[in-house]
Amino acid sequence: MTAIRVALLAALAALIAVPWWVPGDYYVSVASQILIYAIFALGVDVLIGYAGLVSLGHAGLFGLASYTVAAALAGGSGQFGAILLALAVALAGTAVFAALSLRATGIGFIMITLALGQIMWGLAYRWVDLTNGDNGINVASRPMPFGLDLEVATNFYFAVLVVFLLALLAAWIFVHSPFGASLAGTRDQPRRMTALGFHVWLIRFFACMFSGLLTAVAGILFVYYTKFISPPSLQLTSSAEVVLMVISGGSGTLLGPVVGAALVVIVKNVASAYIERWNMLLGAIFVAIVLFMPEGLVPGAPRIWRAVLRWLRANPAAAKGAAE
Amino acid sequence: MSLWGILAINSFAFGGLLFLLSAGFSLIFGLMRVPNLTHGSMFMLGGYVGASLYQTWHLPFWLAALGAAAAMAAFGGLIERLLLRRLSGSILAQVLVTLGISFIVADFCLLVWTGDPISVTTPKSLAGGVRAFGLFFTFYRMAIILVACVVAALLWALLDKTRLGAMIRAGVDDPQMARVVGIRVSRLFTTVFCLGAALAGFGGIMGAPVLTVYPGLDTDMLPLALLIVILGGAGSLLGSLIGSFLIGFLYNFGQAMFPELAYFVLFLPMVLVLALRPQGLFGRSAS
Amino acid sequence: MSKLNRRKFLAGTAAIAGASAFPMPSIAQAKGIKIGLLCDKTGPLAEGGFQMEQGVTLYLKSKGMSLAGHKVTLVVADTGSNPAVTKTKAQELVEREKVNIVLGPLAAFEMFAVSDYIVQMKMPTLCLAGADDLTQRHPNPFLTRASATSSQAEHVMGDYAAKVMGLKKVACIDSDFAFGYEQQGGFQQVFEANGGTVVKKIWAPLGAPDFTPFIAQIQGCDGVSQGFAGAAPVKFMKQYADAGLKLPVCGGETAGDDALLPRFGDEAIGLVNACPYTIDLKNDANDKFKAGMMKEYQAIPGFYAASMYVTVQVVESALRALHGDLSKPEQIVKALRAVKLKDTARGPLSFDDKGNAVGNMYVRKIVKDGGKLTNVTQKTYENVSQFWPLDEAKYLAQPAYTRDYPPVKS
Repeated sequence: MTAIRVALLAALAALIAVPWWVPGDYYVSVASQILIYAIFALGVDVLIGYAGLVSLGHAGLFGLASYTVAAALAGGSGQFGAILLALAVALAGTAVFAALSLRATGIGFIMITLALGQIMWGLAYRWVDLTNGDNGINVASRPMPFGLDLEVATNFYFAVLVVFLLALLAAWIFVHSPFGASLAGTRDQPRRMTALGFHVWLIRFFACMFSGLLTAVAGILFVYYTKFISPPSLQLTSSAEVVLMVISGGSGTLLGPVVGAALVVIVKNVASAYIERWNMLLGAIFVAIVLFMPEGLVPGAPRIWRAVLRWLRANPAAAKGAAE
Repeated sequence: MSLWGILAINSFAFGGLLFLLSAGFSLIFGLMRVPNLTHGSMFMLGGYVGASLYQTWHLPFWLAALGAAAAMAAFGGLIERLLLRRLSGSILAQVLVTLGISFIVADFCLLVWTGDPISVTTPKSLAGGVRAFGLFFTFYRMAIILVACVVAALLWALLDKTRLGAMIRAGVDDPQMARVVGIRVSRLFTTVFCLGAALAGFGGIMGAPVLTVYPGLDTDMLPLALLIVILGGAGSLLGSLIGSFLIGFLYNFGQAMFPELAYFVLFLPMVLVLALRPQGLFGRSAS
Repeated sequence: MSKLNRRKFLAGTAAIAGASAFPMPSIAQAKGIKIGLLCDKTGPLAEGGFQMEQGVTLYLKSKGMSLAGHKVTLVVADTGSNPAVTKTKAQELVEREKVNIVLGPLAAFEMFAVSDYIVQMKMPTLCLAGADDLTQRHPNPFLTRASATSSQAEHVMGDYAAKVMGLKKVACIDSDFAFGYEQQGGFQQVFEANGGTVVKKIWAPLGAPDFTPFIAQIQGCDGVSQGFAGAAPVKFMKQYADAGLKLPVCGGETAGDDALLPRFGDEAIGLVNACPYTIDLKNDANDKFKAGMMKEYQAIPGFYAASMYVTVQVVESALRALHGDLSKPEQIVKALRAVKLKDTARGPLSFDDKGNAVGNMYVRKIVKDGGKLTNVTQKTYENVSQFWPLDEAKYLAQPAYTRDYPPVKS
């Protein structure tokens, strides 16, 4: 067993054991939030890291799924129906999103997605009949799969954990599949891929759809978590936040978005209780990451670790002194 | 008819302000390919610094404006030399660092200047206005239009007529060849970044008597800068100018004529333009 | 603190108290209480949140961090002007910090995010947020509001505009969200009931840097009603003056906030505004409040600080009535809503059956006095409830104020 495998298994064990080692239900809820944003970040990373397309409008799709669940439930639908409808609507939305955005690449793609995200945000405010405007929509209750009461924080956490692990598995399969390889090809060498006969646009389109699926799942979990959705969740800053999670954690990796999500959620929700200037702290962390690990925390940490080990081996006296 | 008259004047005035905001971004992105997401923060910080120089330290307005520009140039230079230089080519890291810095700047401004808005009194020499044709024209807004045109002319002269401008254009078209020919491309990039930051800061204090300076100004203005640069095409000064006035018109007339679509009046046309012509109105075709 | 530690701590304190040789007055043996404050310390509403904290802390300090014999621990949580974060912070206060009472949040959109949660957790909450419906058609049984609904002050403004200012046709302009709709709806209702007409309702989208295209639409009227909040009132008055308009302007509780006045220029002189608090209210409580704010924070207080200062006074009064029994949340809410005070920084205060404040509304005008801008009260409306001037049944029978209600009669 390699060191990495051991570390991953330990992390998995730690995740499963969360309700037992975190000090209270509040922290279990924070852990749920981290996993929900991790799924969102995974979805965005499929585009940023593997397709080479940066989207600044994914909060619009995220919110679309959340709003569909909330509106459906408020309209009298059952939980299962609401979830299915949300997936369908969000995927349809993603298709439109992708069709429009893929007209351009690079900065053009970023801008179209930004504009589409802003339009979704505007719709959330103005289509009051559907969205209740800035008063938002409350979700009365969480689903009860197999009779399990998800109002209990620990139960909800386990449900989210299962979905997260499935999402991670799906992403892993996606990335390591032949499709994933061709996607990476379109990221690195789009012209050659076209010359080789690959339909680059279609490949990117399917990548967008998969990204939209993960985003929709995260949006559905989110609205059950907060039991409330309102327009601020679709703001540009929300889209930017998830992009920051991906980049700071390490784009183009599977664990990078998870680590990035943990970083942002913890600083925003937990550190903010102790540090008033937590925005500055978050900004400073991002700058530090860029200075020392510009490829992201997940790819960069092993590199730093190896450098530290090398330094320790080269300076055994200093290491001994530190140990004493 | 006076409604349309006011809207027309304000379109030019707001457009002028937007040009000061976006010209810097266009320069930096067009020439260095760096999406400077700190740009909105520089606009806001320039406004705060200029307001303090003008109202707390009682410098004359124009001196305060130049001071704000200089402060932002220094700030921009630091960012470029210490952080951005080592990230050339990696867009994601640039996005991360520029957004990270914008968080720090926004929180810093909250700390120093508190959350209250800063109202900057219009400089006495430009206070008031004139009534003509049933409309009221403030001198200050007309001055903004003039200043924007002057700055545009100066920038054009810089790029087209000076050696520095030629070096900038060379460094953009082919950094490798430019280096081979002896152009210090990295020093050039620092200069351009400082210039862009200075323009943003100048725009911030110029806009302060109109928009005031308040927390959130950076996030209100940044999407507009992005809109203009994309619409007008990155790196094209003419595109920036026309794009700014276009957005100025769209903003004023669109909000007044389609009040139900207030949130979409800017972004819907943008989606349409980009869907039909992804390189913007004046940009070169993407490779 | 984990549950275990806190219990140990309390047990230890009780033991020390019990073991003391000196006879302790019963007051010292009362349980300590924890109060949570949800406010915006970052984000565009940060200044309001900051002032909320000042108001709360000032009152607590003036009472030696002890209310009705209970030692008070204050826990402040930053909502960041974000509803999802507000929800998480509410959870932190309720589940991690185990507070007894929650104060805040500031904004209606934050309040809606936590409304269901506080009912579920039975947490007595005293918010600042206006959100009309939470004390009207969809009342929250655990909410008490010592400030005002969004429309409360504007009802009075509409009355004053018609009867005293003699305005006949008014254009309403406000931000395009619920706080704007509820304010202008309130103004329109009372203004039109007194013979006036609202000719237009203009909505500026959130995040609009320049209001000029909206101001340009103000035509065909003899007055303007606005209810901008946050940083916008200053921007609006400046851009209004720049557009060359000289029509009288009526504002809501945030438009002419006393604490914001130092930030306005001379263009604000003459702005009439209605607010549940006014700086020139002459009574002992307000004198003490203003002196305290100046001494501790070198600040002139406004609506945010005053509302929260009074809110803590209400909490103290309720705690006294409860005689230390904090075991039943429903009883705490009942005690809060039963509070009747004569001498507060905002004047007399009581609550209606839905938990909203009933008190004075002050119509003030901004003047320049000694080189500084200040509000001078023109008229005091007494005993104003959220339904004024209608009675509760009649008021609730009509629709809620929205973007389109009351409609503009074209």
